[in-house]
Amino acid sequence: MALDKNAPETRSFKVVGSRPLRPDGIDKVTGRARFGADMSAPGMLIGHILRSPHAHARIRAIDTSKAEALAGVKAVVTRADFAAAPEGMEDVLDNCMAGEKALYDGHAVAAIAATSAAIARQAAKLIEVDYEVLPHVTDVDAAMAPGAPALHDGRSDETVPDGYSANVMSRVEYGHGDIEAGLAKADRVLERSYKTAATHQGYIEPHACLATMGPDGQADLWCCTQGHYMVRNTCAALLGMDQGQLRVTASEIGGGFGGKTTVFIEPVALALARKAGRPVKIVMDRTEVLRATGPTASSSIDVRIGMTKDGRITAADAELRYQGGAYPGSPVGMGSMSAFAPYDLENVRTIGYDVVTNRPKQAAYRAPGAPMAAFAVESAIDELAKGFGLDPLDVRLKNAAREGTRSSYGPTFPAIGLEATLRAAKDHPHWSAPLGPNQGRGVACGFWFNFGGDTCVTLNVTPDGTVTVTEGNPDIGGSRASMSMMAAEELGIPYEKVRTVIADTGALGQNEVTDGSRVTFAVGLATIEAARAAKREMCARVAKIWGIDEEAVIWEDGAAKPAGPNAGDYPPMTLAEIAAIASNTGGPIAGHHEVNAEGAGVSFATHIADTEVDPDTGATRIVRYTVIQDAGKAVHPAYVEGQFQGGAVQGIGWALNEEYIYGADGILQNPGFLDYRIPVASDLPMIDTVILEIPNPGHPYGVRGVGETSIVPPLAAVANSVSAATGVRMTDLPMSPPKVLAAVQGQQEG
Amino acid sequence: MKYEAPSTIDDAIALLADAQAAASVLSGGTDLLVRMRADMAAPGAIVDIKRIPALNEITETADGWRIGAAVPSAVMSEHDGLARDWPGVVEAAALIGSTQVQGRATLAGNLCNASPAADSVPAMVAASAKVEIAGPGGTRTVPVEEIPTGPGKTSLAAGEFVTAILLPKRAALSGDAYLRFIPRTEMDIAVAGCGIALSLDDTGTCQSARVALGAVGPTVILAADAASALIGTKLDDAALEALAAACSAAATPIDDKRGTAAYRKHVIGVLAKRAAKIAYARAGETA
Ligand SMILES: Cc1cc2nc3c(=O)[nH]c(=O)nc-3n(C[C@H](O)[C@H](O)[C@H](O)COP(=O)(O)OP(=O)(O)OC[C@H]3O[C@@H](n4cnc5c(N)ncnc54)[C@H](O)[C@@H]3O)c2cc1C
Repeated sequence: MALDKNAPETRSFKVVGSRPLRPDGIDKVTGRARFGADMSAPGMLIGHILRSPHAHARIRAIDTSKAEALAGVKAVVTRADFAAAPEGMEDVLDNCMAGEKALYDGHAVAAIAATSAAIARQAAKLIEVDYEVLPHVTDVDAAMAPGAPALHDGRSDETVPDGYSANVMSRVEYGHGDIEAGLAKADRVLERSYKTAATHQGYIEPHACLATMGPDGQADLWCCTQGHYMVRNTCAALLGMDQGQLRVTASEIGGGFGGKTTVFIEPVALALARKAGRPVKIVMDRTEVLRATGPTASSSIDVRIGMTKDGRITAADAELRYQGGAYPGSPVGMGSMSAFAPYDLENVRTIGYDVVTNRPKQAAYRAPGAPMAAFAVESAIDELAKGFGLDPLDVRLKNAAREGTRSSYGPTFPAIGLEATLRAAKDHPHWSAPLGPNQGRGVACGFWFNFGGDTCVTLNVTPDGTVTVTEGNPDIGGSRASMSMMAAEELGIPYEKVRTVIADTGALGQNEVTDGSRVTFAVGLATIEAARAAKREMCARVAKIWGIDEEAVIWEDGAAKPAGPNAGDYPPMTLAEIAAIASNTGGPIAGHHEVNAEGAGVSFATHIADTEVDPDTGATRIVRYTVIQDAGKAVHPAYVEGQFQGGAVQGIGWALNEEYIYGADGILQNPGFLDYRIPVASDLPMIDTVILEIPNPGHPYGVRGVGETSIVPPLAAVANSVSAATGVRMTDLPMSPPKVLAAVQGQQEG
Repeated sequence: MKYEAPSTIDDAIALLADAQAAASVLSGGTDLLVRMRADMAAPGAIVDIKRIPALNEITETADGWRIGAAVPSAVMSEHDGLARDWPGVVEAAALIGSTQVQGRATLAGNLCNASPAADSVPAMVAASAKVEIAGPGGTRTVPVEEIPTGPGKTSLAAGEFVTAILLPKRAALSGDAYLRFIPRTEMDIAVAGCGIALSLDDTGTCQSARVALGAVGPTVILAADAASALIGTKLDDAALEALAAACSAAATPIDDKRGTAAYRKHVIGVLAKRAAKIAYARAGETA
């Protein structure tokens, strides 16, 4: 039997690369789709969480007696209802339910389950929390200074040098070469500092879950999450359960962007269900989402880059300081690794500091840590290029990383697509289109690692010859369509004959979270391998029927065919024909594959942004925007374009108006979509996309993850564009109208 | 909480006048229901005025226009006569929220919610609009600017509610306009807003003007100096600069998450200049 791996470069595809209708489309448009809040159970109670009104406070005591006495209240839990967390999970538990201290405005301190939402809310007002309010800090640089209010004592690790406050958790360093020697060779050394604000993923669907737990300890949880296996493992650990006793089912998901890769309300709902002995549903409102789930880190970055007057970078150095909220774990490591990844540099160094502040614990947000680093680096390169009168694309081409480049973070790159995106940008009509008054054009590059990880897929052939792909990764970007397409491609059957379902945690082995742009790559790889296993099984069955060698049966165009010496001896048997008699040839047919997928290919992008700035109000309008990115292989090009556009739009929001605004009291000022300003559709032009396909050698079809790279360049692309439009270099995000107007007016006076 | 939907004004007054009930008027509900969901309002009863027929009508009267208190902004936008006479008021109402919100949001609700940033209020004040109020003591009519007395506060007495917004007849050679500044293009709240209504003589010289400023003080500001800057001019550059300066001087904004005081003082002048030009052009069109 000949089922050789297909070399990605030479393969021609039938299904992959087409644009079938999305399988979840009708349900989502008609309202039939069941999201987290759509689940109910008999006897269900409504859970509500009481949250800290202080940015930083010691919890001296909590008196829940009045709340418990209220008619309709069935359970109240506080931290006392949880056992000590297993090692390494203390922060996750403390973030879900505060222990000794409330560490940020909105930190959960108690929860109620009652027969109605109104009673639960009323009960929350009856809980008496005795707080000792403590000094707080929310700004990253202020938090690092000696003498800053400390959130935790003695948690800084040994990498942190002297001279910093206890809020600096760790320091990382990457790079190679000799920075000072490199800088000495430059015609100009630019030193600049940049700041970015914390932004939220802004998914439409707030967190929601429904938990049940019987007196026998068996529990079920329905929730919206990017990874129900992660939810199972984390909740089991926090509640002291065996993982196998907790079955978690993921609902349809209304966006995640990384923000649903951890738990917030799920362990609380389980604890309430355990105590009340009844199902408990918790649904966050938008205010809770903004106050108490994970936005991304805010950052403060210093960059030093040396360049020769012909545009060669001689050395590049950056110090990155990220605050990731109340617990260690900001994405400064990935920011430090990715900052200079697009460039081939002899001398490069990044130093990163992970800092805690009195803000909600950050969660992953699309290419965590990379957009802020790229903002700083791509702005500095732009400024140097313009200073020398060089084309910013030429400067990037001159320094671009390519196959064989030793990356700034260590590994040597295999075939990569950065140069191709830069050349495509130069050739794109956008690059040479004329600009109007008060308009400017900016360009920037971005990089993301991508990821593989633990993955299971089972592919079942039904008696009528249709196929079900069972996988364990919530579909947040169209992956069900992509899996069905890859299975159809591999099996040689129409796309319509395959349906992909996301199974609960009881159905498959461990699956990593839907993150790291891993699903189309890793689950796709496992789907292809599962299909190949099913094909091998079907070929074996047919060999038996024909009474020939298994090796003499090949799979082609959806059917088993005799080959080699037996070629032409028997008419081909289709998948449906084989399936129909499977019971007589050995039983049901399935293929499965379990793998820790390696070989995720990195992905690069170049973005071009045109903006127009109103010089009287400082308002910025995005006039035109083009995304050019390497997808390896675009399985479903419309979804790939959607990822490119979505990342660009989120980055535009980050660049222009989105920010967490804290008052002097450490209270979040804008916990709602009115004052936390995500771009609305009318703010944006159609985002143009160009898909390049430089195959990833690590995937049978050449697929690379595409979900994250697209948010990396926009911050700098827009800032470079606004700087060009106004003539003032913008280094502080967001570029909200008052800030831009002040910069423009400052320039007029100065 | 009780929900009532009376079909007459008198029934509504009776329900609202019952102090025990602690009732709130429900017009479009786009402020009230949002505030209830956010735990910022907890009325004992809701009196929905949308079932009162007269409150759903736009009528042309001998004195101008009568817009029932329950008429949503989308209906105003589709009313050719009203849009022709008071384009500034209609476009201000058409800025509220989004298409969905405009299917519900009313001028009366926008006014009685008493937000300093309400979009239609400066436009109505510039247009010399009045409100008709019904209450236990009978009906009275007062200028729009007398309703809001501070953020979230109105001069309405217990049991009183607004039954209609009254706009005067549009005079020859007159026009109005409203502009606001928001960081986005919709679904946002005014950082500053400016309504201007003016009339010209047949040489194109401004004869009368009203300039109303929103979101730059606790209540709408009728800026007399700003109006004076226009009167007697043809809105040349010097007049527009004087207008902007007068608006900036009249504004008493605060620093908050939506903008600094300095920014608002600047932008109110920019908006005034732009709105004045539009109103001027509209006034000319009626010649
Ligand atoms: C998504 C969204 C976007 C928005 N965008 C804008 C915007 O761009 N600009 C803007 O100005 N506003 C905006 N708003 C606020 C709101 O839509 C407007 O203020 C609207 O005009 C309120 O009208 P309503 O009929 O819905 O008022 P309601 O919510 O029914 O009432 C508002 C208040 O006025 C009282 N009230 C209502 N009618 C009367 C009456 N006849 N007599 C006495 N009291 C009365 C109510 O008791 C309540 O206190 C927005 C709201 C939402 C939800």
